[in-house]
Amino acid sequence: MNAPLLEVSALSRSFGGIAAASELSLQVVHGEVHAIIGPNGAGKTTLVSLLAGELRPDSGSIRFCGETITAMPVHARAQRGLARTFQITSIFPEFSAVGNVAMAVQAHANHSFRFWRPVAADMALRQRALEVLQQVGLADAPDRNAGEMSHGEHRLLEMAMALATRPALLLLDEPAAGLGPEETTAMVAILRKLRQDKGILLVEHDMDVVFAIADRITVMVSGRAIATGSPQAIREDDNVRKAYLGEGLHESA
Amino acid sequence: MSSSTPQYLARHWPAFAGVLVLLAAPLAITYWDQPFYLDVLMRLMILAIAASSLNLILGYGGMISLGHSVYIGIGAYAVGIPAYYDQYSGVLQLLLALGGAGIFALVTGLICLRTRGAYFIMITLAFAQMMYFTFVSIEEYGGDDGLVIYARSDFGGLFDVENSIRLYYLVAACLLLTLLLVHRIVNSHFGMVIRGAKSNEPRMRAVGFPTFRYRLACYVISGMLCGLAGWLMGNFTGFISPEMMDWTRSGELIAMVILGGSGTLLGPTIGAAVFIGMETVLAEVTVYWHLYLGLLLILVAKFGRGGLGGLWQRIRGVR
Amino acid sequence: MDSTLLVIQILNGLQLGVLLFLLAAGLTLVFGIMDFINLAHGSFYMVGAFFCATLTLWLDSFLLALLLTLPLTFVVGMVVELLVVRHLYQEDHLQQILATFGLILVADTLVHIIWGPEGLTFALPEILNGQVTVLPGILFPVYRILIISVGLLIAVGLYIVVTQTRVGMLIRAGASNRRMVEALGVDIRYLFTLVFGAGAVMAGLAGLMIAPITEASIGMGNEILIVAFVVIVIGGVGSIKGAFLGALLVGLIDTLGRSFLDDMLKLVLSNQAAETSAPAISAMLIYILMAAILYFRPQGLFPPKGR
Repeated sequence: MNAPLLEVSALSRSFGGIAAASELSLQVVHGEVHAIIGPNGAGKTTLVSLLAGELRPDSGSIRFCGETITAMPVHARAQRGLARTFQITSIFPEFSAVGNVAMAVQAHANHSFRFWRPVAADMALRQRALEVLQQVGLADAPDRNAGEMSHGEHRLLEMAMALATRPALLLLDEPAAGLGPEETTAMVAILRKLRQDKGILLVEHDMDVVFAIADRITVMVSGRAIATGSPQAIREDDNVRKAYLGEGLHESA
Repeated sequence: MSSSTPQYLARHWPAFAGVLVLLAAPLAITYWDQPFYLDVLMRLMILAIAASSLNLILGYGGMISLGHSVYIGIGAYAVGIPAYYDQYSGVLQLLLALGGAGIFALVTGLICLRTRGAYFIMITLAFAQMMYFTFVSIEEYGGDDGLVIYARSDFGGLFDVENSIRLYYLVAACLLLTLLLVHRIVNSHFGMVIRGAKSNEPRMRAVGFPTFRYRLACYVISGMLCGLAGWLMGNFTGFISPEMMDWTRSGELIAMVILGGSGTLLGPTIGAAVFIGMETVLAEVTVYWHLYLGLLLILVAKFGRGGLGGLWQRIRGVR
Repeated sequence: MDSTLLVIQILNGLQLGVLLFLLAAGLTLVFGIMDFINLAHGSFYMVGAFFCATLTLWLDSFLLALLLTLPLTFVVGMVVELLVVRHLYQEDHLQQILATFGLILVADTLVHIIWGPEGLTFALPEILNGQVTVLPGILFPVYRILIISVGLLIAVGLYIVVTQTRVGMLIRAGASNRRMVEALGVDIRYLFTLVFGAGAVMAGLAGLMIAPITEASIGMGNEILIVAFVVIVIGGVGSIKGAFLGALLVGLIDTLGRSFLDDMLKLVLSNQAAETSAPAISAMLIYILMAAILYFRPQGLFPPKGR
């Protein structure tokens, strides 16, 4: 196994005495999809927030590409190649689809203390944004107002904005949430393609998605990781069965 | 940018008509000998500069500052205080106005921009009020009563603004320059960051923008532009007092921005025109014209999304 | 430093503090529960002063005037809520600012129309006009002691209402989680109207209590409103406890700064430098305090939980 892209050690964070993350340790290596599953309230979204930098841990450390980023602000992590999507769609509703993605491209193209030339004249920006839209299958109407797109398209746009930053690691917070069966299949296909050149940490409720693409799965319950292993090992783990009380896992097993 | 010149003219004819009217106005005013209206137009344009500068942070950046008139005060005192010491150099006064406003914006921005929502509103308000009370308490510069400025900024033989018509054209040039600057800024890479941060700041940070420093830069630019308005105001009125930065003046600036349509290039200018227009016309009829202004503001707040400019666009069927 | 003067200025600071608290309490509740920024809150302060001044002149009794003014401002507050404010809860802060700024213009002009441009002054009854010995050898006006006492009583009363009663429970719940209150099946609109009216009464009370000392004048609420904003920003928007402690802190620092800062500066500066800079610095003191507190705690000293 090569050196991990992301290495989380003993990460803890509690809110008013309730531990949302407790002594969490996990790794994501290049080319791997590492899925985090667990019942509601297990602390999955807290973990994503901790990794993205929106929350600071009470203790523990996060290393990314060999660098400690535990105390680094959100934007600096993003600059280093750690991109995320949001569980609840977070886009720029007043901007066009391509405008949304161009914003993410712009964030990684030099600084933006450029006051005079119109951004519309920056063809490279638009070109690159269109390419990314193509990657997620949204290229047919790039100038549509993002606020008016469907939920499924919003999920894809989320993905496109993360990809536009050319990340080394993707933090995906329930990318398939609220998607229909066909849309889910399309999303899985996109994720499959993406894993080739980056690491993915996937938080997902849809067990079909998880077992379709995860290389490794960590099961979280009440802020703790109770098991980590291959999909096969997780299916057969007694603790996991108990924690889930048969929910979900049997169907996909 | 991509549309051809005739199309551009057709879409923006009211703006060009407005520019022509502003440029020709002094001729008409001189012809009919109505210098009062020269003053009205100058005040209108100065307030339009101030409101446009506020629009940059409020309309495009979503930073609701309720203390923007402090920069008018700073700019005006940058004329008045040197004049008090017999320093009339226009370059010095202008540098003081822009520098003073910029530094005040930088220092207060560092604190204000750490806060969000209602806190931001109240803090900008409080800092402006701090300057207000500070100048009230400095008796050397007239305290509450203010200072009379006996001569306008002196640019040597280059440009003499003692003549009111020349001052008028200087003000008009400053307004056009401000509008051009705002237009370029909001459509630039920098402008995208500012507008993106208004739309969805967590997302901006998540894609990798250090939004704080961009917002701070925008806040400083806006303060300096308003400082320019203050410098013109000091020259125009020939009298300065802390009252210029009273928070109700800031409220009026916000009213102009929203009346005309916040987040649009010409909205603040239209708002300033409506404001001055009401003041000029209604004040002739009744001393209680603020009552009607107040009612108008309440109605616009409830029903007038996009202000009067938005209404105009809806009439023309443009989104 | 003169210790007699110190005691007197501390009492003056307390007096300013309780007046600020009376204004800030309504402001912070309205903001905390309804997420509503009311720039026109100072207008109730003005309205209370004018009502009381007129009624005192008519009835020749300050006490009677006071007792009538309070329900009147309560009604005015509720009418304003029903006619204007209620329709703005759904709007964003910018629209609220615009509308309540409009309200100020309307209120100031109406007062101008009704009472004319001049301020109104009126005398206190004889019994409140005297001085009392607060400490051996230190005299202080009875009326100012009364203001402080009334303010403290109301603070205690409000604290009991907010912490001990059902209405208070709803208010606290509303400040941290509006949906939850709605889920409890309470028609939150009545609560809003009631709280808004109560805020108006407290502001009106502050205005009518200060009017005999200064006067009732147009725009009198607009300046002190900003200081009340400083108070609630320092205390944490939505927190009654924060408003109370913030108000006393601001009242004391402002008053003591204005009277003693020049003496203190003289310890480190030349006499002349101290005398010229002290007024400006003392005018800035509370804002510097606010900036310092916010730099370390952007949510104020006592932010309500769950926000």
